Formats: sequence, structure tokens, C-alpha cells
Amino acid sequence: MRAAADATSGAELAPRESFRAGMRAGLPFAAVGFIFSLSFGVLAREVGFSALGAIVMSAVVHAGSAQFAAISILAGGGGAVAATTAAALMNSRFLPMSASVAPSLPGGWLRRATQGQAVVDPSWAMARRAGGSFDRHFLFGATAVQYVAFVSGTAAGALGANVIGDIQALGLDAVYPAFFLTLLLAELRDRRARLVALAGGLIAVALVPFTPAGIPVLAASVVAFAGLARSRRTAA
Amino acid sequence: MSTQLWIVVAGCAVVTALIKGLGPAVLGGRPLPPWSAGVIGLLAPALLAALVVTSVLADGQRLAVGAKTAGVALAGIVLVRGGSVLTGVVVAVVTTAGLRALG
Repeated sequence: MRAAADATSGAELAPRESFRAGMRAGLPFAAVGFIFSLSFGVLAREVGFSALGAIVMSAVVHAGSAQFAAISILAGGGGAVAATTAAALMNSRFLPMSASVAPSLPGGWLRRATQGQAVVDPSWAMARRAGGSFDRHFLFGATAVQYVAFVSGTAAGALGANVIGDIQALGLDAVYPAFFLTLLLAELRDRRARLVALAGGLIAVALVPFTPAGIPVLAASVVAFAGLARSRRTAA
Repeated sequence: MSTQLWIVVAGCAVVTALIKGLGPAVLGGRPLPPWSAGVIGLLAPALLAALVVTSVLADGQRLAVGAKTAGVALAGIVLVRGGSVLTGVVVAVVTTAGLRALG
């Protein structure tokens, strides 16, 4: 393990400690992700996926909101291209997210792109450090536990679909928004973050009737450019 | 499972990998300009707020308030008062399921 690249990011923890800290921090989200992916597994069976197909999808995509977007298009009679496009739009928020992590990733372009695959919402939000850098080992650890839980949850849902029953009646579709709400509340540290969140939410709601799913969320990222103004005031 | 569904699986895997890999592949290896720290810090509240409101209020391209909206709002109150992630999620699920059972 060569940690030379970490010297510039001012990492206080050794890579292994960081990874473990990430795993611990990721655990509650892994638990929630398990229920979330369980509901994905059930719904995927309903639109014609085999149990294996649902599990493989979670293993190779690992992006719950995008997977839900894709199968909701399929459920509505849409084709493969429409479903994949919906997933891509839902995932478009990962463009700015993973770009923000880029300077914290060492190695050649292929290695950096591979490490960028570890970016999922909770890990990304928790791995951010002062000054806009990221603790990549923390990111990897947090994502690792969530990945295992996500694939296991999908397996449980896909294999036990008949036992589990109606996801809506069980209220399991509320897991996903509640999950993101916990992440959001952790971000609302100061007045500016609250204003940006409010503006982002309003933009997204305003665009829902006029754009495909995913676009409202991507468009909301524009308000982050409020960070250009008075950015010196929040040096910490 | 139909070939069409396997194409969706492969397609989603490829686009997700490309989206997550693009920034690191193109931008990596050099520090981002100083002004970007402020923008990066505000990306999370903007994106997460948008994710929450769309997942609670959007039904396809229609805006709708329902059991889920109420459940997640109640979870928000619990979370603001110091509840854990799991407590918040449980409150959201139980409230949503309860309201649907009544309605």
C-alpha cells in the first residue's frame, strides 16, 4: 500500500483505518439499502425479470434509483432504449459527483475511472473533507458494505417475491426518500446550504411535469454554483 | 427472462460506469481550481433535496401528495429531533403503510 498520494489531501487516517471508518459509517445506509434493494428485487420480478437477472442487474449497476427508473419504464410498456435512457438520466447526478472526487483519485485515467465507480450518494456525501477533497479509502469502505447489502437485498426480494407480497401496501416505497432525507438533513449545516437545498428542491418540483425523470434532479445541481459567491466566507 | 431485459441490464451497467468514470478519467491527476470547493460543498444539499422532493411528490410526470409524502414528512420530524437513520426509515414505512391500509 503506497499512501504517498494521500499526503496532499491531508488525510489524518491510514488507508486501512479510513476504509474501516467508511465501513462503519456505511452500515446504517447498508441496512436501509437492503430494504430498498429488496423492494427492487420484488418489483423486477413483477416486470418479467428472473431472480438471476434482478441480482445480476444490482451487481453490475448498483444504482437503485436508476434501476427503479428503468423497470418503471418497462412496466409502462417502454422498450430497452427508453428504459436505459431513463436510468442514465437518473444517474446523471453522478457526473458532477464523481467529477468532484476526481482530484482525490490517484493513478492513470483507467484506474481513476474504476475508482470513480465507488461513488454512491451516501458514501460521496460522507467522504467529503474540508476544502472539497475526498477521503477515497473512506469512500471505498462505505460503498463496499452498501454494495454487499444491496446485492443481498435484491437476492432476498427476487427469490422471496411471492412471500413478501405488495411493496406498496407494506410502505416499502417510502424507504428510498426517507433514506435520502437523512443524507440531506446532515448537509443542512448553515443557512446557505439550507437556501441551496430549498432552491434545488423547488427547481426539481417545477421541472417534474415537463421533463423525463432524472432531469429535474440534474437541473437542481445548477444552484450549487451559488458556491461561487462568497466562497471565502465558509473556509471550513 | 427475455433478451430485451438482458439488454436493459447491460445498457444500464455501461451507462452507469461511463457516467461515474467520465469525470475521474478526464479531470483527475490535477487539482480542481480553488473556486470549485464552494460549488462541490453545495452540490450535496442541492442534489439530495431534489432527490427527496421528486421521490416524494412525483408520480411519473405528475405531481401528487399521498401516503408516502406524509410518511416521509413525519420521518423528517423524527430525524430533525435526533432520531437515527433506521428510526426515520421505519417511521416512514409504518406511516405510509398505515395510511394506505386506512385509505
